[in-house]
Amino acid sequence: MGHHLDALVDAAATGDGISLDGFTVSRSDDGFRLETPESTLNGLTEGGLREALADYDDYATNWYFWSEVVGESSPQRRAFLRWVEGASVDAGGDDGGDADDTENDGDAPSVPERYDDLRDGVCREWGQLLVTVTVDDHGERSYELRHADEVDADRDELDPYRESLAARQLATYDEKGRYRPLKTGNNLAGGWVFPDLDAHDLVETVETFYPASVPNWYRERRGELDVAHWADAIGRQTGMYSVVKTWNRGDGHEHVNWVAEACCDDSQCVKRREWQYDDDTDLDVDGGDGAFPCREPCSVVIAASRKWTRLEGEETQTYEFELTPSEKEQVEDIIEAVADDRTDAIREADVYEGANRYRARFLRAKLFDDEGNLGGVPTDASDDE
Amino acid sequence: MQALVIVAHGSHLNPDSSAPTYDHADTVREVGAFDEVRTGFWKEEPSIREVLRTVEADEVYVVPLFISEGYFTEQVIPRELRLEGWDVADWDSDGLSASHVTLSATDVPEKTIHYCGPVGTHAAMTDVLVRRAETVTGDPNVGEGFGLAVVGHGTERNENSAKAIEYHADRIREMDRFDEVQALYMDEEPEVDDVTDYFESEDVVVVPLFIADGFHTQEDIPEDMGLTDDYRTGYDVPTEVDGHRIWYAGAVGTEGLMADVVLERAADAGADIGNTLEVVRERTRKTPQEAN
Ligand code: SF4
Repeated sequence: MGHHLDALVDAAATGDGISLDGFTVSRSDDGFRLETPESTLNGLTEGGLREALADYDDYATNWYFWSEVVGESSPQRRAFLRWVEGASVDAGGDDGGDADDTENDGDAPSVPERYDDLRDGVCREWGQLLVTVTVDDHGERSYELRHADEVDADRDELDPYRESLAARQLATYDEKGRYRPLKTGNNLAGGWVFPDLDAHDLVETVETFYPASVPNWYRERRGELDVAHWADAIGRQTGMYSVVKTWNRGDGHEHVNWVAEACCDDSQCVKRREWQYDDDTDLDVDGGDGAFPCREPCSVVIAASRKWTRLEGEETQTYEFELTPSEKEQVEDIIEAVADDRTDAIREADVYEGANRYRARFLRAKLFDDEGNLGGVPTDASDDE
Repeated sequence: MQALVIVAHGSHLNPDSSAPTYDHADTVREVGAFDEVRTGFWKEEPSIREVLRTVEADEVYVVPLFISEGYFTEQVIPRELRLEGWDVADWDSDGLSASHVTLSATDVPEKTIHYCGPVGTHAAMTDVLVRRAETVTGDPNVGEGFGLAVVGHGTERNENSAKAIEYHADRIREMDRFDEVQALYMDEEPEVDDVTDYFESEDVVVVPLFIADGFHTQEDIPEDMGLTDDYRTGYDVPTEVDGHRIWYAGAVGTEGLMADVVLERAADAGADIGNTLEVVRERTRKTPQEAN
């Protein structure tokens, strides 16, 4: 108790004193000076300062938390934690920098306002994660982390975890137990909660779920995100992935629109795609609304693009077979259901759904020959793919 | 502050691929040899491209969890880390002797990056192969009456890969601990398929020099050696094949002692790891035998 006051008085007596979030304490020849947006006190003795600080405890614990607990050793961690609780992100640090993100400083709540919110809990979404930060009577922060879809779930109904690295296992499989190759895939399973993380471990846990999301977000805020557009990222590939370069022919970038629509849509990936076709050519597909950016095509996209490069190298052919209008629509339904990962949701007896299993089996029984050819038409005698 | 960054291949399909990387990172983390321990992957996240920006420390030791020098250690990793002025000649390696170079990386210009050679070619890797034999037989003194096969890809993909196999097979032979030691390959002679032709000993421990279990170590090699017709049905350890008992160990990279090699690589590059090597050697000895 009171150790934050000792630290504060010490720091205030040193050099230029302290200054954070509208709270300034310094010492001159006529004693201590304490300043908040509400009032200014001058000529205080050390005892007088301590007494006065009792009325400004939120300011004092706020200073202590940001200066002594979080510190400045990792500007990106500090920035993220300030963003989480709605404090102005680029103020109050000594890291200077050319931050141009001061426009929201004007809107940032005062310390007492922020503390009022924090006592009730302040929530932020980060991909599919929900962070809730609360402050106790001593000004100490506690962070809860859970799946954003479980915002209303009773904490007792979720499995509690304390170690940041437990997130690794939680991020490995989706709700159906399938391996998640992309950490930012929009398929994070729920059912867990980290009920009480400290500031450091919160960031470690978030970074375990979404590696490098905080540093990339931080760089973006500072206007320093090193986006590598499709053309650059593909251009640097070697070995088995260098073939993707051959997919870019002429000036068209429609194929990359399709890639982005297939993989990077908010329904598939929680990152906000910032990469475009190249420096001069934006994709026509929206990058999404994710909290943190994607700075270049990921390895999943590149691996898939290698396959598409091969597939898209084929010439189209005309096949002739007949479908009823409903059969054509059914083929469309099946593609839609697979693309939206909806097949599991289609009930066994729901024969009104084109992608229903019995409907698909009926279509196969009717239209496939023994070799599995649709309409009995061979794909291509010379095609051994 | 010093950080260890372990970089590995990873997989889009198989969670077992990155599991050893995480295990060894955890071991190093627990002994407190570094202020920070991070992992980065070619196929998982954080990508090798972005791993350095997740690091706080200013001295960074990057250890590739790869078996041999080659495409990944010489081209992909330096490129993705954005190592400034990287030149493979600075490793001055004969294919086995890359130790480390100290460079900066454009991604984090304020940091010093010590880029180490792969774990697979480090002398300490020999001990891990032997430890793997101990683990799979459950006998800390295994050797007498036993043959040991070290298995790798052949030269087809990378000639250094075969060099690493030979190197460790030679070193184990020099220990004079096993009755016979043989290097075997997947795609060239002497082939792992014919493992029983190459040993007189009734008991043969077979250890693939692979970082992680996957298609090759879990499907190909067990089927090729005749441990099983179908890898999905599994196999016993040991399994009787042509009058030999084959103790198939799976990927050596899953052995806990691998953390020791990671530490040695970083220490060779100048990391201050105190007495943690001994702690790791002891702690990982308790690694329970993996049931196959
Ligand atoms: S490339 Fe697309 S799918 Fe991959 S991480 Fe970025 S936004 Fe997500």
